[in-house]
Amino acid sequence: MITIKNISKQFGRLPALNNLNLELRQGECIALIGPNGCGKTTLIKSILGMVLPNEGTILFNEKDIRNDNEYRRSIGYMPQIGRYPENMTVGQVIDMIKGIRNSDEQTDEELYDQFEIGNMLHKKMRTLSGGTTQKVSAVLAFLFSPKVLILDEPTAGLDPIASEILKNKIIKAKSKGCLILITSHLLSELEGVASQVIYMQDGKLIFHQDVKALKTATGQDTIAKSIVQLLKRDRA
Amino acid sequence: MRRILKYVILDIIKNKTIIAYTIMLALFSWGTFALEDNVSKSLLSLLNIILLIVPLMSVLFATIYVYNSSEFIELLVSQPVKRSKIWNALFTGLSISLIIAYLVGAGIPLLLFSDTGTALIMIAAGSLLSAIFVAVAFLSSIITRDKAKGIGISIMLWLYFSLLFDGLVLFLFFQFSDYPIEKIVVLLSALSPVDLFRILVLLQLDISDMMGYAGAVFEKFFGNQWGLLISFTLLALWIIIPFYLSLKKFKKKNL
Repeated sequence: MITIKNISKQFGRLPALNNLNLELRQGECIALIGPNGCGKTTLIKSILGMVLPNEGTILFNEKDIRNDNEYRRSIGYMPQIGRYPENMTVGQVIDMIKGIRNSDEQTDEELYDQFEIGNMLHKKMRTLSGGTTQKVSAVLAFLFSPKVLILDEPTAGLDPIASEILKNKIIKAKSKGCLILITSHLLSELEGVASQVIYMQDGKLIFHQDVKALKTATGQDTIAKSIVQLLKRDRA
Repeated sequence: MRRILKYVILDIIKNKTIIAYTIMLALFSWGTFALEDNVSKSLLSLLNIILLIVPLMSVLFATIYVYNSSEFIELLVSQPVKRSKIWNALFTGLSISLIIAYLVGAGIPLLLFSDTGTALIMIAAGSLLSAIFVAVAFLSSIITRDKAKGIGISIMLWLYFSLLFDGLVLFLFFQFSDYPIEKIVVLLSALSPVDLFRILVLLQLDISDMMGYAGAVFEKFFGNQWGLLISFTLLALWIIIPFYLSLKKFKKKNL
């Protein structure tokens, strides 16, 4: 569904992505992990067209995304830190995004109901706590039943209940055949959700594997343990 | 674009700074007209206040707003909209809100107390001035990612247009007073929107005689309808050029 070919990106002299090649298929839930500053966010932003790579191409359904913006209709994005104009109310933000998408399709209001957003439509964005702002971001990402979901640290700042609701929603989306890309520092969060793992370091792809294959190869029972095992082996 | 624009305006006009700005403008305008019997004199004082405050407020508020909206801009870019539409909506939204503040604060007293012709010119030029400095703010906020630096650039540009430029022109005027440089001075004044505004209003007030020979040259150049048209075109160019440059940069920016 998304093909990334020889992508490189430098910020000034600093290389953020280094000749990256990836093939992301429909129905997969891919965990994007790696140390801080390894280029995860740059990769996500490149797919969303926010960062323009110096070299290489990104294909979305076989179409080059450069100079295109319609492909984003099939993407739901949840940013790491959501900051919205201070005086806009929750209702206005949701209405605005609905207006931009302008789709006639039935919106998916499951998260909207579960997070009880309906009760705070009149609240201004600046009065919301970090976690509540994240809930609004999550609702926006899932609202249009997108085929691709890009979630940057989705559970950061959410309370355990909300976090569980979101996790269930992600699993549901996966079973419907969405492609889901998640970054997270908490590997335990990804357990039971992720079906593939991409590990990046210094802007390079270290490995891209199935979770099951990874676990069998390393003989471990969790994602976290298998990755530690694998990295230790590489270093040795 | 209209959908984004609507919510941007709704957001800004509820902003406390904008409300304070409107009240301040209103206080100054009502105050100057109330304190002075001679309308021309109060118009002159008001003109000087407006020429300082409107550019400063517009450029600072817009710069800070653009920096504070960086995550919001990212969210909009992740939606199926063209980047140019987002930038346009933000620019139009900021300009319209600042113009509304100017119209409510200064426009109403102007219409009430001074003659309609002068009031209309002050209102039109002041609105353009607001938009011009929003455009300048967009340019300085796209040049650097650093908020403090961006605000610094904005203040420097304001200082240059509001104070330094005048000094430079005056300096040239005195240095080359033996030569016929009046026409060059007229051309130079087109390089600063603030000066254009001032000349426009001074000519309207018919006190260009007070400005000596240069005033006569201005009168000849800007006094007729063509001059008026040219000056408003120049003011419009001051919006279009900085904004276009910032838009070109925004389209290629890494967010």
